[in-house]
Amino acid sequence: MSSQLMSVAGLEAFYGDAQVLFGVDLELHEGEVVGVLGANGAGKSTLMKAITGLLPVAQQSIRLRGEAIGGRAPGEIVRKGVAMVPEGRRLFPSMSVEENLQMGAFAKRPGRWNLDEVYKLFPILKEKRKQPSTSLSGGQQQQVAIGRALMSNPDVLLCDEISLGLAPIVIREIYDSLPDITADGMSVVVVEQDVTLAQQCSERLYCFQEGRVALQGESRQLTRDQISHAYFGI
Amino acid sequence: MKNTILVVLLALVAVVGGSMPYWGDSYWMYEFVNIACLFIFAMMWNLLAGYGGMVSVGQQAFFGLGGYLMLALANLAGVNPFVAIVLGALIAGVLAFPVSKIAFRLNGGYFAIGTWVIAEVIRLTVANIDAVGGGSGTSLTAFRGVSRSFRENMTYWVALAAVLITLVSVYLFLRSKQGLALQAIRDSEVAAESQGINVARMKLAVYILAAVGCALAGGLYFVSNLRISPDAAFSVNWTAFGIFIVMIGGIGRIEGPLIGTLVYWLIDTWFSDYGTWYLIGLGALAILMTQYLRSGLSGLIQQLTGLDVLSTRRVLPDEREQSRPLATTKASHV
Amino acid sequence: MFEVIIHGVLLGGLYSLFALGLSLMFGVMRLTNIAHGDQIVISGFIGIAIASVVNINPFLLIVFLVPCALVSGYAFQYFVLNRTLGKDPLPSLVITFGLSIIAQNLLQEIFSANPRSLDSGGLNTLGFGITSDMTVGVLPLIILACAIACTFGLQWMFQHTALGRAFRAVSDEKDIAELMGLNSSKVYSMATALAFALVALAGLFQSMRTTVAPTDGPSLLLFAFESVIIGGMGSFWGTFLGAMTLGLAQQIGFYFDPGWGIWFGHLVFIAILAFKPNGLFPKTVG
Repeated sequence: MSSQLMSVAGLEAFYGDAQVLFGVDLELHEGEVVGVLGANGAGKSTLMKAITGLLPVAQQSIRLRGEAIGGRAPGEIVRKGVAMVPEGRRLFPSMSVEENLQMGAFAKRPGRWNLDEVYKLFPILKEKRKQPSTSLSGGQQQQVAIGRALMSNPDVLLCDEISLGLAPIVIREIYDSLPDITADGMSVVVVEQDVTLAQQCSERLYCFQEGRVALQGESRQLTRDQISHAYFGI
Repeated sequence: MKNTILVVLLALVAVVGGSMPYWGDSYWMYEFVNIACLFIFAMMWNLLAGYGGMVSVGQQAFFGLGGYLMLALANLAGVNPFVAIVLGALIAGVLAFPVSKIAFRLNGGYFAIGTWVIAEVIRLTVANIDAVGGGSGTSLTAFRGVSRSFRENMTYWVALAAVLITLVSVYLFLRSKQGLALQAIRDSEVAAESQGINVARMKLAVYILAAVGCALAGGLYFVSNLRISPDAAFSVNWTAFGIFIVMIGGIGRIEGPLIGTLVYWLIDTWFSDYGTWYLIGLGALAILMTQYLRSGLSGLIQQLTGLDVLSTRRVLPDEREQSRPLATTKASHV
Repeated sequence: MFEVIIHGVLLGGLYSLFALGLSLMFGVMRLTNIAHGDQIVISGFIGIAIASVVNINPFLLIVFLVPCALVSGYAFQYFVLNRTLGKDPLPSLVITFGLSIIAQNLLQEIFSANPRSLDSGGLNTLGFGITSDMTVGVLPLIILACAIACTFGLQWMFQHTALGRAFRAVSDEKDIAELMGLNSSKVYSMATALAFALVALAGLFQSMRTTVAPTDGPSLLLFAFESVIIGGMGSFWGTFLGAMTLGLAQQIGFYFDPGWGIWFGHLVFIAILAFKPNGLFPKTVG
């Protein structure tokens, strides 16, 4: 087993007075793909926001290579090597495809990823690089969002529901690019609502239910019954 | 129990206040009417900005319209000035409908300046109407032949009635289903829409209500002061004072304008002789309150004493954020 | 009529300098600065005050005051306005409205209520004849050229530089821009710094061309605002053309009756808001 890269311990998060996460523990090792599974409102996206610094949380509750990073500014966290593909893609609508990718390189760390590498991964984007990002299809926009996150050369890539609203064949295409991304040791957290997708692409799985980790284990060893019990609470 | 106390309190105010002409000074009455106009104006601004989420810098449009409509009805059509106040306010409410069509094209900060432009248009238009004195204004002549004390007493009573009616109706409105819907809109327009609240219609209703209220205040003010001019009637200072009162007292709280008006009256009595420095002080105070005490004096009082007499207030997003550590400790104790 | 059009365009040049800063701040951070007009007046008075102490060429004054405005704009946004930003427009509106009142009264206290102007070294009387009975001033032409240069510069900067991209990023998706490592407080502060530089330029030109008085601020704010809305939000050329339209409308109004100029400008603004709420020149690209 490779060494631990990121750890979440006893994480609690709030929206105003409403508590959304209740003592969440999660680990991510180097080069590993971890799936986070759960229904709407289970706290998956909140976890992503907490890790990336968009939501204030206790400093000690999130550690990267042992360093407490909870509640730091998003810009600081991306420079330490955590990047996110946000839910709903959230591209910059006033920008072209290439400009969106360049934004991703604003806090650039040394590494493999640059414009050429992203275009190699998603060749269609090279063709459309001068076009407004809003003119692309949903799947292509998702590719831009992934490419944008890669441009900072993160150690940890957080993918928040990248299959949302896409046709099955497009989803397949997106997920097929994951092995290429993890090829040189990047760790990935894949947040999903789709059980099959999450189970197939990940090595370990965390099932969230009402802001708590209801189940965790090796993806291949968890049974459908276990998962659906943790997922739906039945 | 709380309601009984309120009703008794209101009755007491009505009796003591209502009898003032029999024991008070005529200058007190004049002073009261002016302050009452500002209070009603501030109540309306609070309704717009604090509950409706519409920050207007152009409410002087309706204040001035109220004044001028009252004057035109009284001077030109021979209507009793007190009746003309009410009629003028209602007409202003009707006019607010087409005005809203323009103003509602804009949002947020641009809505604020847009309403200001509209007020300027009305000011410049009125200044070109010779029948009401053009740019230099005119006097209310309809009171000729009426005894001064009768006029002053009547004006005072009408002002007192207007204050009580405004206070009670705003209170009832905010506690009604519509009022709750309004506070839901203020917190999240999208969420409110998904709850089946017709946001556009609620906003329009509030805008028109506020126009009627401001016009009422304007009509009353110029019945008391007898002399009107476009620059005085449509001055942005009316809105400035309204904002000051609401921010001092506490925005989005029904008791806010009440406390704010009281504070304003005190400051005005003591410091208004200082002219520009007085206004600089008012501006600075409004800024400080906004930066450091967003819930105003009424919020501070509530924090210190735990009292929330007229509970219709909305929770500002900021306050919720501030209360987060509290929620954390609560959760960890459980 | 030809004369009216020329004067309208020249007036529009000045108005676009008023409007660009407002457009920039609203575009980048949805912030409406009610004290915008008063800040134009303040910079005019600062120029006048300096010129009354030292004998200085007014254009040297610009070279000196514009960098000062950059710094003060940055600081103003960073330390004051950034604290007021959020979904609720109320705090920033109340604070800039309060500043507007403070500025007007402070200026009155220091400079009295009288209008004053900045000595342009004879430039404001310089002109050349186009026809036998019509001359065009050199100063208004310089102002127009400056306005075109500023509009062009801003538009180019937005489309082709990293700073422009940062402005668009925080305007489009603030949270995501921060995820990319942008510090939105600093980006906002740079936007306000630029807006203040434009305001300083506008104030100095305004006080050279005509006069400034302590209570002029609100009407300058309204002209700037009308220009932005008439032009349509989202592009600086739109704002520029909106200012031209407003300048023309006012001049046409003045032509018929001196009392109608401003009023007619307002009416054109309201008509456009009613019938073309996206402005005459809505954003097409970039």
